[in-house]
Amino acid sequence: MATQDVAPRRESPKTSFFNDPKVRGLLYQVIVIAALVVFVAFIWQNTLANLAKQNKTTGFDFLWDTSGFDVLFSLIPYDRSSYYYQALLVGLLNTGLVAVIGIVLATMLGFFVGVARLSNNWLVARLATIYIELFRNIPLLLQLFFWYFAVLKSMPGVKQSYAFFEAAFLNQRGFYVPAPLPSENFWIVVLSVVIAIGAVFYLRRRARIHLEATGNRMPVVLPAIGILIVLPALAWLLSGATLDWDLPQLKGFNYQGGLTLPPEFLALVFGLTIYTSAFIAEVVRAGINSVSHGQTEAAQSLGLKDGDRLRLVIIPQAMRVIIPPLTSQYLNLTKNSSLAAFIGFPELVSVFMGTTLNQTGRAIEVVAITMLIYLTLSLGTSAFMNWYNERVRLVER
Amino acid sequence: MAKMQQSYVRQEMVQDLPPPPASSGFVGWARRSLFSSISNSILTIVAALFVVWAGYHLFHFFILDAVFVAEDGSACKLKPGACWAFIWDRMDFFIYGFFPKDPYWASTDIFFVSAFMEYWRINVLFVIGLALLVPLLIPSVPGKLINALLFFIPFPILVIVLLNGGWFGLELVPTEKWGGLTVTLIIGLVGIVASLPIGIVLALGRQSKLPAIKTLCVVFIEIWRAVPLITVLFMASVMLPLFVPENMTIDKLLRALIGVALFNSAYMAEVVRGGLQALPRGQYEAASALGLNYWKSMGFIILPQALKHVIPGIVNTFIALFKDTSLVAIVGIFDLLRTVQNAAGNDLNWGAPTTSVTGYIFAAAMFWVFCFSMSRYSMFMERRLETGHKR
Amino acid sequence: MSKRIVTIAVGAALAFTVQAAQADTLEDVKEKGYVQCGVTEGVPGFSNPDENNEWSGIEADYCMALAAAIFDDTSAVRYRPLTSTERFTALSSGEVDVLARTTTWTMSRDTQLGINFTGTYYYDGQGFMVRAADGITSALELSGAAVCIESGTTTELNAADYFETNGMDYNPVVFVQQDEVVKAYQDGRCDVYTTDSSAIAAERSKFADPSEHIILPEIISKEPLGPSVRQGDDTWLNINRWTLFAMINAEELGVTSENVDEMLGSDNPSIKRLLGVEGDFGTPMGLDKDWAYRIIKAVGNYGESYDRHIGPDTAIGLERGLNALWTKGGILYAPPIR
Repeated sequence: MATQDVAPRRESPKTSFFNDPKVRGLLYQVIVIAALVVFVAFIWQNTLANLAKQNKTTGFDFLWDTSGFDVLFSLIPYDRSSYYYQALLVGLLNTGLVAVIGIVLATMLGFFVGVARLSNNWLVARLATIYIELFRNIPLLLQLFFWYFAVLKSMPGVKQSYAFFEAAFLNQRGFYVPAPLPSENFWIVVLSVVIAIGAVFYLRRRARIHLEATGNRMPVVLPAIGILIVLPALAWLLSGATLDWDLPQLKGFNYQGGLTLPPEFLALVFGLTIYTSAFIAEVVRAGINSVSHGQTEAAQSLGLKDGDRLRLVIIPQAMRVIIPPLTSQYLNLTKNSSLAAFIGFPELVSVFMGTTLNQTGRAIEVVAITMLIYLTLSLGTSAFMNWYNERVRLVER
Repeated sequence: MAKMQQSYVRQEMVQDLPPPPASSGFVGWARRSLFSSISNSILTIVAALFVVWAGYHLFHFFILDAVFVAEDGSACKLKPGACWAFIWDRMDFFIYGFFPKDPYWASTDIFFVSAFMEYWRINVLFVIGLALLVPLLIPSVPGKLINALLFFIPFPILVIVLLNGGWFGLELVPTEKWGGLTVTLIIGLVGIVASLPIGIVLALGRQSKLPAIKTLCVVFIEIWRAVPLITVLFMASVMLPLFVPENMTIDKLLRALIGVALFNSAYMAEVVRGGLQALPRGQYEAASALGLNYWKSMGFIILPQALKHVIPGIVNTFIALFKDTSLVAIVGIFDLLRTVQNAAGNDLNWGAPTTSVTGYIFAAAMFWVFCFSMSRYSMFMERRLETGHKR
Repeated sequence: MSKRIVTIAVGAALAFTVQAAQADTLEDVKEKGYVQCGVTEGVPGFSNPDENNEWSGIEADYCMALAAAIFDDTSAVRYRPLTSTERFTALSSGEVDVLARTTTWTMSRDTQLGINFTGTYYYDGQGFMVRAADGITSALELSGAAVCIESGTTTELNAADYFETNGMDYNPVVFVQQDEVVKAYQDGRCDVYTTDSSAIAAERSKFADPSEHIILPEIISKEPLGPSVRQGDDTWLNINRWTLFAMINAEELGVTSENVDEMLGSDNPSIKRLLGVEGDFGTPMGLDKDWAYRIIKAVGNYGESYDRHIGPDTAIGLERGLNALWTKGGILYAPPIR
């Protein structure tokens, strides 16, 4: 019976049309897509109807309208007669600035704490653990409020500022540092510094190739210092370029001149750095733990000192494990910088989704633009990190 | 044969000599782990000085200079330490928000009920929630499936019914009166209850062989993961109302909940995907060899294993979600942090310089206790799972 | 099985949170049994919750007056605190029936956001508060000052205009939440706190020592604060408009919550019309004949509400000024009921 059944089935599959996996798959997809289309159409319809009913104007033309508001901190020239797209740019640049500074600081602090947590020193390891468990488990927003409001309160007023050599001042209004005022041909000096740094890198590479080829060390440090000093000095003397400093001075309410880092910025960078570094420390610890103990022993048997062992043997291998989660921490930091809206630092969300959305009432456009920017930032970073990850992976055999 | 009695070899083990005093006991420990080298010793001393300095100040702030009992803020103005009396006085507000205080049943003659305030509804939920959650978390307690089903389906419904009221003679409490820790926990609960199933579906979709479904899931997941929660909340607050038909409005809290749930489902999807990918191919093949169709093989073979693997990941996502609940303040919902801030800023009775710092410390401690215990739990599960799968 | 339970759960969740807001707001309100009123997150004197979430202030009074006119029950109001960001969306999407949230009536808001302002319950203007210790006497001395502002308000634009016009620099410190703005000013982050002068007075009243802060004499803008409703529902617009007018007319005619019952027997035809003794002005709006009587009986006239919450005898202590009746040197002028 059974064999009789099997034989004809092989020749002409009698599975019903409906049970064919391919057909079914196609059907599922058609259903899902149809449902999606209906859903989107429904939302679209509703939105149009709502907008029409509310008599709201739509479109992106508002970007070229005068904004009419000022911002606290901007990397590009901006005032109330600037356009909304410039406000967007101000926010974007501020987000970028906070993200870059935050990432650099959090990485340094995170590596430090992560290594400290694995330290042989009991007390240091315990302190690092407390640091990590404390800052990781408290909402970032709460920490930002704490740094901003509690620390701001304890800062001195303008008239009682902490002064550093009468050049930099710290008070409730921020951190005032001298601003460089380069003369017009100062770019020559900058260029010479860049060239000098390039030359030093070239020298180092040469030295390493030489070392690997012959086993002899080439002197690097002294020539490098020489290049770094002599080249810019020559350029400076020959070009006659000057660099003046614009010192902050107390005028009226506040210090004028120089560069001002507002407390909102300081609190934001501080909070983001501390919060993210706790996570990075854990990432680093996991990475270091993933390197087998044999590597440590091998390094010890080669006679490497503690620091060198970590720097030359362990960390380079741990990096492969560290980088993917590190990337997501960087992205988190960038996204978390949006909490600045709560403490008044004008980054993307606060300038654009806060003020601009309010003044123009263009909810859909503003939200769409903001989300698109974050999407681009995020996808760009992960693309770059994937590329880097591939490069690191190639070293592996 | 006369045996020579030779005693070159001992017949019994000699007692071990005690280790040199400098390498055992506290001294030895201190030598090894605190003063093993000069640089290490310097580090220890610096760290110890820091601990003493910080400990001294914290002890003063938290205990010596703190005000524990006071009628209003005037006592706190006199002392530089924490103003615990403020926390104690406004505790109701921090936990229950604006939930009605006046006993609804006081007008009826059932005197024992009038002793309760409407708070009993929240208290009952706390108790039921704990009763369901604790056995769910302890691996050795049986009946996980039933327990999980109870926690994920009837319990949230009960939460809504009891809190909202309006039925069975319960006083109606609109969502704008909800606040404090209650709201924080509700957002957390709804976030996890909604985001886990959505996340599983998305993860399965991302693994799917059907290109359209796969693309959709990938796009959905990546978009949500790329944007900050705060923009999602803004969107839920200003755009969602435009999406629904003209004559409908969605409650503000529900809108925030939808935003939080969608946002976290994307993260949950990635966690679940990790579990799916970690399963050996053999499991998939075995499932098809048994002739199970897609849903059966997923439901009976793949998901139970994959989900068990990623419990730590799920808990970690939940920790992140729980911390993120504090952001709902941006759309005007009074969560724990917002109630604390509001009380510290607007309560004229308690206007003292230390109130707001004390408030922040209190809120931080609450969040910390929840998050830290969850992270410990996640580590515990991680260790347990690790041993379970070692060969 | 479990799927069905999920469906029911979702249904249950939606059932009470999603509510139909009909095009006819009055019908909708009557059906719901309460007026959903969009208010501030807490500005004393305007709309401010106490410990038990009981709201008070002239905006809360306005909402109660609406409820009194419709239901004869001042408790038939639900207050929804709104941030400045979400207030217009909340109104236009139907989440609230009326917005009484210290909102300035401006042309762009009136014409571009799908809402209509129905009147002005407080004529305000933007002012500045500084610390007395700074020795400032005029806003023209504020060059270089750090200014604390709430984001997305007309205040933010006015400040930019003012400093620009007078050729002064300033540092705007902008927060999304009102609480943070005030806190930052108190903590010394800013030299100046600027917003509508009534709100400044209200915030100042909350300070530990109000006398350490002074309000500068300059008023730099016109800020007529009024309630607003959705466009396209003229009945509801009329009810809102005339609720306010009834309160103002009552003050002008000397009808108060205390003497309103005596006034029912008044010979003055204007009072008779106001209280519904003569003619029926309520029915055409979909209300009862005694709609205004109920308002005055429950909430009082405009002057009573003013004196109760923001007048000179309160902690906020605002003189009537512009907000006095036109007969008393102010600009409050309500069209007659006839």
